[in-house]
Amino acid sequence: MSAQPIIVSASPHVHSDRTSKKLMYDVVIALIPAFLVSVYVFGISALIVTSVAIISCIVFEYVIQKYLLKADVTITDGSALITGILLAFNLPSNLPIWMIITGSLVAIGVAKLSFGGLGFNIFNPALVGRVFLLISFPVQMTSWPTAFVNNTSVVDAVTGATSLGIIKEGLNMGETMTEISAKIPSSIDMLFGFTSGSLGEMSALALIVGGLYLIIRKVISWHIPITLLATIFIMTAIFWVANPEHYANPLIHLLTGGAILGAFFMATDLVTSPMTKKGMVIFAIGIGIITVVIRLFGAYPEGISFAILIMNAFVPLINKFFKPRRFGAKIKSKIV
Amino acid sequence: MSDSVLYSVLLLASLGVVAAIMLYVVSKKFYVFENPLIAEVEELLPSANCGGCGSPGCKAFAEKLVNTEDISDLFCPVGGNEVMKQVAAVLGKEVAEKDPTLAVLRCQGGCDVRPKTTEYQGPRTCAISAMIYSGETDCQYGCLGDGDCVNVCKFDAMYMDESTGLPVIITDKCTSCGACVEACPRDIIEMRPKHKRDLKIFVGCLNEDKAGIAKKACDVACIGCSKCQDICPKDAVLMVNNLAYIDPVICTLCRKCVEVCPTNSIIETNFPPKKVKKVESESEANVESINLKTDA
Amino acid sequence: MLKTFPKGGIHPPENKITSSKGIKKMTLPKVVYVPISQHIGIPAEITVDVKDKVEIGQVIAKSGGFMSSNIHSPVAGTVTKLDKIIDTSGYKKQCIVIRTDLKDESNFTDTAYPLKTTITLEPKAILQKINDSGIVGLGGATFPSHVKLSIKEGTKLDHLIINGVECEPYLTADHRLMLEKAEEIIVGIKILMFALHIDKAIIGIENNKSDAIETFKKIITKDDHIKIAALKVKYPQGGEKQLVRALLNREVPKNGLPLDVGVIVHNVGTIFAIYQAIQHNIPLIERVVTVTGKKLENPSNYWVKIGTPITDLVNEVGGLPEDTRKIVNGGPMMGKAIKNMDVPVTKGTSGILVISEDEASRGEPKNCIRCGECVDVCPMGLEPHLLMNLSEKGMYEKASAEDIMTCIECGSCSYVCPSHRPLLDYIRFGKNSVKKMNTSKN
Repeated sequence: MSAQPIIVSASPHVHSDRTSKKLMYDVVIALIPAFLVSVYVFGISALIVTSVAIISCIVFEYVIQKYLLKADVTITDGSALITGILLAFNLPSNLPIWMIITGSLVAIGVAKLSFGGLGFNIFNPALVGRVFLLISFPVQMTSWPTAFVNNTSVVDAVTGATSLGIIKEGLNMGETMTEISAKIPSSIDMLFGFTSGSLGEMSALALIVGGLYLIIRKVISWHIPITLLATIFIMTAIFWVANPEHYANPLIHLLTGGAILGAFFMATDLVTSPMTKKGMVIFAIGIGIITVVIRLFGAYPEGISFAILIMNAFVPLINKFFKPRRFGAKIKSKIV
Repeated sequence: MSDSVLYSVLLLASLGVVAAIMLYVVSKKFYVFENPLIAEVEELLPSANCGGCGSPGCKAFAEKLVNTEDISDLFCPVGGNEVMKQVAAVLGKEVAEKDPTLAVLRCQGGCDVRPKTTEYQGPRTCAISAMIYSGETDCQYGCLGDGDCVNVCKFDAMYMDESTGLPVIITDKCTSCGACVEACPRDIIEMRPKHKRDLKIFVGCLNEDKAGIAKKACDVACIGCSKCQDICPKDAVLMVNNLAYIDPVICTLCRKCVEVCPTNSIIETNFPPKKVKKVESESEANVESINLKTDA
Repeated sequence: MLKTFPKGGIHPPENKITSSKGIKKMTLPKVVYVPISQHIGIPAEITVDVKDKVEIGQVIAKSGGFMSSNIHSPVAGTVTKLDKIIDTSGYKKQCIVIRTDLKDESNFTDTAYPLKTTITLEPKAILQKINDSGIVGLGGATFPSHVKLSIKEGTKLDHLIINGVECEPYLTADHRLMLEKAEEIIVGIKILMFALHIDKAIIGIENNKSDAIETFKKIITKDDHIKIAALKVKYPQGGEKQLVRALLNREVPKNGLPLDVGVIVHNVGTIFAIYQAIQHNIPLIERVVTVTGKKLENPSNYWVKIGTPITDLVNEVGGLPEDTRKIVNGGPMMGKAIKNMDVPVTKGTSGILVISEDEASRGEPKNCIRCGECVDVCPMGLEPHLLMNLSEKGMYEKASAEDIMTCIECGSCSYVCPSHRPLLDYIRFGKNSVKKMNTSKN
């Protein structure tokens, strides 16, 4: 027997090799394809925005935990890293650096640590950071550099609106969808990412690849992304069928904006999504409906960030009302 | 310009009036009568809300005091006799006087004398580790060292001694509310009468094992040798299951048992250092014990 | 499509390293420590005294009531002490210490009796015999079998289910028993079917024991009304309620028993013990124990006398490896870590698992990331994270309302938690506290 005393602990005496750290790094891996696309499209500026967001998130977490909260520093668990990447993915590539740092501070300091750190936050930190920036600096946050145009210089980038922005503006001017569709990229371009928008929402394909990786690795379940995308598709399809000249076709809604990014990476955030599968479906339907309502009738062209944050607030309620079915709660079997 | 000023003033004023009327109506309609004595009694209580009296809080205890006919069974350990006398005066009821008590720790098995033979992994609370097994040491009666008692103490009267791994009771702060006694899964903490200058003599061990096993598990374990029982002039020592217990009511604090204990498991606190002549110290202790009740 | 229970469950690595090792006879222990409380319920009352000579199979402690069980001497020898010894509960409990008489021939008689298929006893006598023989559930719960079998008149009972699932990783005791004593087990099943007037029986076996399934299929005939059901491998399928759900698609009601849905469940080990008792008049003094561990020299399955100290067992397989840090009585999911090597084997010991340094330590608990894994895997449809929080905060009323008492303590939640939170530790604590709360209320 070894020199150390034997260990006594309660069962179980084995543990699965999954740890929260591994889950976090799986998410990071899943985000790599989309990141590569964004670098391909926006060049060095994408790299700068992402690294600034990551570094500032980690630094803020370290400083706040160590000096303000005097708690254990948990920067190695990967959650701050994810927040940084996701925040960057929601920003235009030409955003001034100090704004990115401000966004990181709000994400980590306000949305995460003031609630008690990882696991206690009600709202998705990256989205809080993003929405804070969107409300505070609407102009900078909605002027995206157009893909492949001048992707070396941040300062003089030619900027343009996202497809959803163009549609909203066009409709407000009284144009019909046929007129507008000439101005926006084709669905194929959207799929591969040759459009304008935030870093991470470039290529739907890259995001789907990452999302599938997460589903295969069982980090997330299919319930939220599929339900959410289906809700958006069905809702927009209804309006499109009713009046194709006034409402964009559902494919555009699925492939533009943050729909895919939100569905696979933002809404599925473990901490801020419901615990049960039933709850997840309700949660995702809620996000889908709010997103479509904001997109079609709201002031903003894109609403998925708001939709996710709104539904985040409902998660405790969803958890309370959509509990798993207790074994033996209702006898449905019959004695033969 | 003046119009908008007027408007806002009027609007705010009328809002205020409406709110005031609503508040008035609601407070009248939902008024609940409460015996004013309850508030008066509650005022007297220490408002520590410790639960030492058996009620969930001081308010509940005040209600109980007011509503029960015979309150001689009820006692606030924190406030003590003084508070109870005041309460009795307010309510015009009889209260029983109780001797003040103090929590003592009946285990001296620190890490240096009681070696750890296993390592416990799991939530560090005594309640849970006690469910799993008899503890990290070979003594299944002694302190588990996870500090449940310290955590429940509302008066900061306890802390964990890092060097021994045992809790320490700060006698000045202890109100004898009994929360620690309740929390300890091993029943190591006992409430014993408070003596003058905090003099205490008690067996600091609960080990019921036979001598050899007990001694092997812990250097300062009571081995049940009965020497203390033999020497005690007042028959204050009881031997049950290989374990000595000193009855605090009979004990006169003569300290004879302390000297004969071969394993030093009898604890004496706050006594002056022994004088060279044994007889004198004994008589002094006896004198003190006479004064116990009047001054404690 | 293989049958299984629908909600929850996990797939821990099986590690059944001893599944091909036949059951060997364990060397006779020099001393046995027989605890008087080896079953759920009231401890038995000691009927022998120090220095008494005892025969093998003699009653040394009498059942202390209905919810209790007789205890028989596993060896012929002399009672040397009535002492308190640490047992699997982690506490010192009353034990009868018997020194084996190495000259007594009855200690060496081979118990391999010829197969006896004819049932001679009447149903009532069978049940009485089971009671007298001190038989308890050998799956691990050690519930006195006669209590389970005393069925109120008028209870509708249509299926006898034999639990040969053995879903715990590492353990192979039931598996080997099924392979080596298949015919005896079938007779045992017939005895119970006869005694309880049940005309259908199902043996549930997980699909990773296909050899056992084959063995049974070969020897049963149509007239036996015994079915062999292969089940998908999933932990905790060996749980009574999960097994009934998997085999018959019947859900045992909350806080109910399998009896409520017309089913009675017994472990294969128990069935074999019943066979031994009824056909050969041998009380429960011996059981199959898997002695296993990745680093052990020679892990195997053994016939072990009740009361054998675990040291003897470990020595039998080549001694403790250098880096041993944990010894578990039972399987890795539900077994109890023992405090020292003197703990005796009891009726409920299905295995001894030796865990080395690298796997013994628990991970450091981190914040709950609300991933919902524990909710997903809970076979009882509970919310372990919530129950843990409630019991940590002492909100036992609420925990009780959240069905904490239906937890079967399978440990799936603690197993999967990516933050290594001690979910089951707190749930168990909560259950205890709720029990206390309920008793103090009444």
